[in-house]
Amino acid sequence: MSQTTVGKARASKPPSPWKPAKPQRKVNNPNAVPSLNGGWGYLFTAPFFVMFLIFGLLPIAYSVYIAFFNWDALGTQEFIGFANFDELFVDTRFWNALLNTLDIWLLSTIPMLIFSIGLAAILHNPALRGSTFFRTILLVPNITSVLAIAIVFGQLFGRDFGMVNIIVGAFGFEHIDFVQGTTSSHVAIASMIVWRWTGYNALIFLAAMLAIPNELYESASLDGAGKFKQFIYVTLPSLRNTITFVLIVGTIGGLQVFAEPLILGGSFNGGDSGQFSTLTLFLFEQAFVAYKWGYAAAIGIMITVIVAIVSIINFFITRKLSGESK
Amino acid sequence: MSQVAVKEQTSPRPARNKKPRWQKMGITGYIALGIVTFLSIFPFYWMFIVASNGTDEISKIPPTLVPGPRFFTVVSNVYEALPQFNQALLNTVYVGTVVALAQVFFSAIAGFAFAKLNFRGQKFMVLFVILTMMLPSQLGIIPLFMIMGNLGLIDSLGALIIPALVTAFGVFWMRQVIDAQVPNELLEAASIDGAGVFRAYWSIVVPIISQSAFVLGLFSFLATWNDFLWPLLVLNTPENFTAQVAVNQLKSSYAIDYALNMGGAFLSTAPLLVLFIFVGRRLVRGVMDGAVKG
Repeated sequence: MSQTTVGKARASKPPSPWKPAKPQRKVNNPNAVPSLNGGWGYLFTAPFFVMFLIFGLLPIAYSVYIAFFNWDALGTQEFIGFANFDELFVDTRFWNALLNTLDIWLLSTIPMLIFSIGLAAILHNPALRGSTFFRTILLVPNITSVLAIAIVFGQLFGRDFGMVNIIVGAFGFEHIDFVQGTTSSHVAIASMIVWRWTGYNALIFLAAMLAIPNELYESASLDGAGKFKQFIYVTLPSLRNTITFVLIVGTIGGLQVFAEPLILGGSFNGGDSGQFSTLTLFLFEQAFVAYKWGYAAAIGIMITVIVAIVSIINFFITRKLSGESK
Repeated sequence: MSQVAVKEQTSPRPARNKKPRWQKMGITGYIALGIVTFLSIFPFYWMFIVASNGTDEISKIPPTLVPGPRFFTVVSNVYEALPQFNQALLNTVYVGTVVALAQVFFSAIAGFAFAKLNFRGQKFMVLFVILTMMLPSQLGIIPLFMIMGNLGLIDSLGALIIPALVTAFGVFWMRQVIDAQVPNELLEAASIDGAGVFRAYWSIVVPIISQSAFVLGLFSFLATWNDFLWPLLVLNTPENFTAQVAVNQLKSSYAIDYALNMGGAFLSTAPLLVLFIFVGRRLVRGVMDGAVKG
């Protein structure tokens, strides 16, 4: 009898050790370690979420809220619906700032991308001597403050005694006013951004290039492809995701540019006629000079929308371009 | 054709410097890197040139390109214009260190949970972290300013520290690092030996990720050191300034005294350059480890 009971009991329970005794818990994280108690995950992530909600997300949500108000630093709080946005769409300062931002973004992103991929290709060469030194040098511009660099570049781009204009003058051209001009001020600002980010992105591209299997180059070489063709047909297509990544990160940062123009002009105006006012600079000017907080919040929302649109366009363009080159 | 055949006959082993074509390094590469090195270093050199020569010496054609004798005069001018400059540097070190330690700690535990623990809502939370990384950081600046006002933190270093204790980027980064560097087998073995989550984290995860955590801390420190607008908005009295606000103060209180400005910029940058000599290679590795590949 007892034997049978044991047998029955065994039969009713799953006998094999590789069949779980209890119904398995839902797998939320396929890479997790199953034997560790997942419940602690809430405690481990709680400090981040609590502080992030209070100091990160709550302000953003509140921004969206006050964008629908006539809200200033003195205490006016009047619900006005979409009036801030209506005003924004006919505000020439907004469109001016948008065009300036896009222009500076283009002037900085395209050279930055070309220089950084080119530099990465040079550093990728295993025959290069002193590669650790050069890699480290590339990161130096990135660690310095925008303020310090903008002071130096402001002097170098000075109209009368700036190094750039001395060189321009040595070639027999007239000195360029890099603060008063529209395009020239954009060039000055873009050059600071290019200087700061080219090396950093070159390291990102280098890391991606080092992950490309050598066999691809060897077989391309056997097929008679020269260095240039190898670069076009092997390196570039493999960098597709990295280029998308760098472009999107660059877009998010580039469309929020403000420190360089702020220091170049010395005020939130973005130059005497707003010739290098940017979207974020305009936001700060409205928030902390004009104290129109509701209006500034509406500008912030528009910046977010614009960043999202340009990022999506970027994404599809890089997909399409790299798809064609394959 | 015949030449190739002869060559192959005479040297059965591949010659030592017969590298594939793509491995050869031309002189143009070195020239390009030389130019880049020059351009990367020059602004720092120029800072020192201007600060050590005074504005008059560089306001002529051609300008001087060698260091001058007046560096200490300019430095004392900086301290005369803003006696709290040293205090500002100390404040920056303090804020940067606290923020870096906090970000590393909170990012590492959250990153560990996201990478290695199984709990409900986990997928959604990770997605949430990634999505919030895309939000422009300036969007919430006005309400954040109001919150700091309500907490009575305006014009205190707390206004710089508290909002910076956690970042979505840090959590995402530590999750990637722990996922890539800590093998599940080690954690499983530890838990079979009776280690709980805390024990497994402390004795297995922490030692493995310490290098990457150090890099994250360095980047947080540098970002805090160089942050400019937020400190400018919330700090008013010179005793509470950070280095960037102090340098900016030199800019606004004098018309265009380039020597003074660059002296301040140099003093606020030199500590970072010294730090970089020691940690530069680690930072490079950190940037490259975090890159999206392929």
